[in-house]
Order: sequence, then C-alpha cells, then structure tokens
Amino acid sequence: MTGPRRFLFVTGVITLCAWILVPIYLIALGSFGGRPAVFKWPKDWLPWNASLDAMLLFLRIEGVWNAAINSVIAAGLTMIFSILLGAPAGYALARFDFRGANAFRLLVLLTRAFPLAILALPLTVIFIKLGLYDTPFGVSLVHTALALPFAALVTASLFVGIPRELEEAAWVFGCTRWQAFTKVVLPLALPGVAAAAIFAFVISWNEVFAASVLTVRERTLTAYLLTVLSESPLHYRFAGGFILIVPSVLFIFAVRKYLFAMWGVSSK
Amino acid sequence: MAGIVIDRIAKSFGAVSALKEVSLEIADGEFVALLGPSGCGKTTLLRIMAGLETRSSGRVLIGGRDVSDLKPYERGLAMVFQNYAVFPHMTVYDNVGFGLTMQKKPKDVIDRQVKKAAALLHIEPYLERYPAKLSGGQRQRVAVARALAVEPAVLLMDEPLSNLDALLRLEMRAELKSVLREAGTTTVYVTHDQTEAMGLADRIAVMHGGKIVQIAPPTEVYSRPASMFVGGFVGSPPMNFIPVEARAGSVALGGQTLAAPRASGALTLGFRGEDVTLAPPGEAMPFTVRVAEPMGSHLLLTGRIGDAVVRVVAPPASIVKAGETVGLRLDPDRIVFMDAATGAATDLAA
Ligand SMILES: Nc1ncnc2c1ncn2[C@@H]1O[C@H](COP(=O)(O)OP(=O)(O)O)[C@@H](O)[C@H]1O
Ligand SMILES: [Mg+2]
Repeated sequence: MTGPRRFLFVTGVITLCAWILVPIYLIALGSFGGRPAVFKWPKDWLPWNASLDAMLLFLRIEGVWNAAINSVIAAGLTMIFSILLGAPAGYALARFDFRGANAFRLLVLLTRAFPLAILALPLTVIFIKLGLYDTPFGVSLVHTALALPFAALVTASLFVGIPRELEEAAWVFGCTRWQAFTKVVLPLALPGVAAAAIFAFVISWNEVFAASVLTVRERTLTAYLLTVLSESPLHYRFAGGFILIVPSVLFIFAVRKYLFAMWGVSSK
Repeated sequence: MAGIVIDRIAKSFGAVSALKEVSLEIADGEFVALLGPSGCGKTTLLRIMAGLETRSSGRVLIGGRDVSDLKPYERGLAMVFQNYAVFPHMTVYDNVGFGLTMQKKPKDVIDRQVKKAAALLHIEPYLERYPAKLSGGQRQRVAVARALAVEPAVLLMDEPLSNLDALLRLEMRAELKSVLREAGTTTVYVTHDQTEAMGLADRIAVMHGGKIVQIAPPTEVYSRPASMFVGGFVGSPPMNFIPVEARAGSVALGGQTLAAPRASGALTLGFRGEDVTLAPPGEAMPFTVRVAEPMGSHLLLTGRIGDAVVRVVAPPASIVKAGETVGLRLDPDRIVFMDAATGAATDLAA
C-alpha cells in the first residue's frame, strides 16, 4: 500500500475500533468503578480503584441467574431452529431454479417488515392458549421468526459459493443428494453456517420487546434487566449492561476464525 | 467393463436446442473423444450420460442396461471434471478413496485400491495432504486417481486438461493414454482441442451445432473429413479449400487433371497443407506466398490460390520467400471433394 492509502486504511481501522471499543470501555469503567466512577468528570481513563462490588451485587440480585438461563435456552433454541429451517431454505434458494424463487427471497425479508408491536397482542393470546406463554421455548419461536430471514439468506449465499461440480462429483461417486449434502456441502459451508447460527443467537440474546411481552416470571436476561434496572442506581445499570454485552463479544471472539473465513480473510 | 449406446438423445434448454437427436455407439474398452467448438453440446451430452442433466428425449444404455432414468450413483461410472472438483476438506487419500468408501468396501480393499491408483498417477507422496496444498497438475492427478480407484466400467472426462499449462498438458496426455489403455476402461473424453482428441482417442466424434457430424478413427477424420467444417476444425493448419469446376468428370488444376466425383458443376476441393509438393510455377497450380514462417520442423507458407487463403507445409530446407509465386502439385490420393453448396463430402466412388 502506498502512503496516502495506507494512511486512510490505518485511520479507518482506528476509527472503527474506537467506535466499538470506547463505549464498551466506558461501560466497563462504570460497572467496575462503583458509584464515583460513573459520576466523576473528567473520567479516570484507567480503572484506579476498580472493584467487583457492583458486579457481585448485581449478580446477587434475585432472579438474575434464572433469567440468564432462560436467555441461554431461548437463544440456543433460536439458533437451532433458525439453522434447521434456514439452511434447507438457503440450499433451495441456492441450488434450484423454482418458480417464485425471487418472490420467496423477498417474502423472507418481508417477515421483518411486520412490527412486533402489532403482533404482540394476538401472539400473547395464542401463546396463552397453546401453553407457550411465559416459556423460553415460546420466546425462541418468535426470535426464530426474526432470525430466520438472515439464516436463510446468509446460508443461501454460502451454498452459492460452493461449486456445484463438487456436489456433482459426490453424486457420481456414489452419494444420494442427501449424502452429498452432508458429506460435501455441509462441511464446506460449516464456518459460514456457524457464523449464521451465532448471529441468530445474538439476535435472540439482544431482543427485548417480544421477550418482555411474552413472559412474566420466566423473563430472559434482557427483559428482566429492563424491568429491574430501571429502578436501580446507575452503576448497577452499567454492570447489567456490561453483562449483556460480554456473552456476545466472547461468542464472536470465539468464532472469529469462521467469520473471517466467511469473509475470505485469514486470521492468525 | 461396458459399452455405451446413446440412442437419439435430444436436449433443449427452453428455446435453445443443445442436442439434436444424437446417436452414438461406443464399444467396450473403447476411447472415444467428443470433439467440437465451444457451445456445440459436448458437455451437455456427457452430463446426460452421467445422469447430471435431464434429457428431453432418447435413451442411454450402459452395458446393455437402460440407465436413462437412473440417478448418477446408480449408473456405475466415474467422472473427471473440468475444474477437477476434488473435495477441499478431505485429504488426497480420502479423495481418492471416496467412491470406494461410498460403496462400503472394507478398509483393506480401499487401502489397496487407493495405493494402486495413487501409484499409477504418481501422487503417493501427497496422500496425506489437502488439495489446497497441491498444484493444478497434482490436483488433476488426484481427480483422475479418484475416478480410477473405483475401477469404473465407464469413465467420463470433461476437458480434464484444459486448466493445465501447455507443457503439463502434453505430459498428462501421454500419461492418461497409457494409464487408461492399461485399465481397459471405456472412456468418453470431451475436448475442444483437436490435438488432444487425435492423440488420445480410438475414435473421434466431431460435434457441431448439437449434432455429431462425423465419427471415425483420428486418421480418417483428419484425412477424409465428412464436411468442410470437420476439415477446417481438425488439424493445424486446417484443411485448405479451393473452389473448382468439374468438366466431363474431371477437374483441371494448373498442370494436373484430377478425377471428380461429378460429371460437371461447382465443387470444393480440400487438401491438407502437407499433401502437396512444390513445383516450378509454370508446371502446377500457382500459389502466391504472402508469409513464410520457418517452424523448425517445417516451413509454413501462407498465401493464396485465386481468392482462397491456403496454408502449405513445405520441407524445412525449402527456399521460398514472401511475395514469390510457386507451383503446388496435389497428391491425388489425399484430396477430398465437397459439395460447394452444402459443404458435405462427396464420395469419389459414388
Ligand atoms: N444449464 C443450461 N441452461 C441453458 N442453456 C444451457 C445450459 N447448459 C448448456 N446450455 C447451452 O447448451 C449449448 C451447449 O452447451 P455445452 O454442452 O456446455 O457446450 P460445450 O460443452 O460443447 O461447450 C450451449 O448453447 C449452451 O449455451
Ligand atoms: Mg463444455
């Protein structure tokens, strides 16, 4: 890279990193610094008197653990459902020329056009009737509806990227369609499928509206924190916010290899 | 081992007719090349044999069994793809053994066959590697080894060498020929490269516009092309064509009189660049040389006879310069006559 382009590149990288990292850092400061750190201005940019007090207190709030478990269950189920339903849809979009494929592509996205607020009441009624109300499973169904379009479209683009010839080679050498899919297409698409799965997980983990409406006692973490923390002192809220961010960040960090693979970059 | 019968196979993609009732019989153990320009339907025909493409009508028989409606894996054949299609997530060993693993062969049988195929194609040192760590030529060998490891009755290949550089192609071509001869596999080999087809095949099926226009051994395709198209497509330089007029059952050219297939009328005379001898200009057909290219093994002369462009291969020591006019004497046994209107060969005997 030449001088000016290199400069632009480096500035861009720094800006992007700052964009993401500064708020996270501020939240961390707030959550570990206790009450004074939240209100102090100008801030101590280094955590001089960091303590786990706020964090520990927060973790002792009643119901946090239950809510966290509910969140993990809902997000986990969302992840599984989105991939089990989305990957076959993606495969169909990628490999078959069927009538209405484009309309289907559009329809898939249109599911996102319905504001959840409109659906909330009828959904609640139906969920109560079906016994799904106030269960993580019920929440995961709604979250799957939210995550599915992305799962289908992302996996479709993955499957498009896998040469048809590879699959045909598998057929010729003795595979049925299904065997070729599991032995050749899936392993090759796995990094991207994993990324799509994580994306579904994060969508569910972060979603608060449907989770708040559809649960009362079995809240997910986001929904629970929303109700509990609106009453709490500021540094508790920071601690809560931090705890909400951490799993997503850790999760994405853990699978960065696959995300990079999907984008065609290699990481060391 | 098995022969192949292709019985009036037709295929259209919407309004585009890719194959027009193609029929072809391939004997057990025979090596047939499907040769033709890009877009003539070679790949489509091969894929229909493999069951990778549906046909519009017709039948495919392999070893006497009608396989037209069978899935690819039920047809008992192997294929080498143009872009190799080796599985990137498997080692070379697993790639080569893939077909056998799918057939649920015992481990020791797989091991034996994989080693044998690997030895045949000289890829033993790479068996534990992944394809990403191999060169194009090595990947090609893996693809061929994978096909041979299942000891298929029928082997289909779609331009398997087209992604290799010229030198490697030459080397692989010779190797393929010896390997396949040894295995005695019935082979259909698609290519648009006429030297490949000439070098490898027992018979060449020349395709043009969705039809097989000639099927014959290489030497016959070369010296007795069924049409102007075949003569022009096969051979380098291509066959020369000049318009002639038949009178009283013969054609007079410079100092030569040649027997014509028709009593009278317009014909096209075809001859190969190497089937001529140079003569003094007064005694034979006058040929005006525009370019003389010394190729080492021969001297390539490009020029005109009347209005027709003609390429002639002269001995390397000939002394001919650009702009000169020389005489050409044709070898009467090695000329063909074509119908001037249709371009199809007219038989001298008829
Ligand atoms: N899947 C397809 N859809 C539409 N047209 C096709 C398809 N495959 C091939 N064709 C057409 O069929 C003709 C023959 O193609 P092909 O068999 O690939 O030729 P070749 O292998 O001889 O170059 C071409 O005109 C091509 O455009
Ligand atoms: Mg082709």
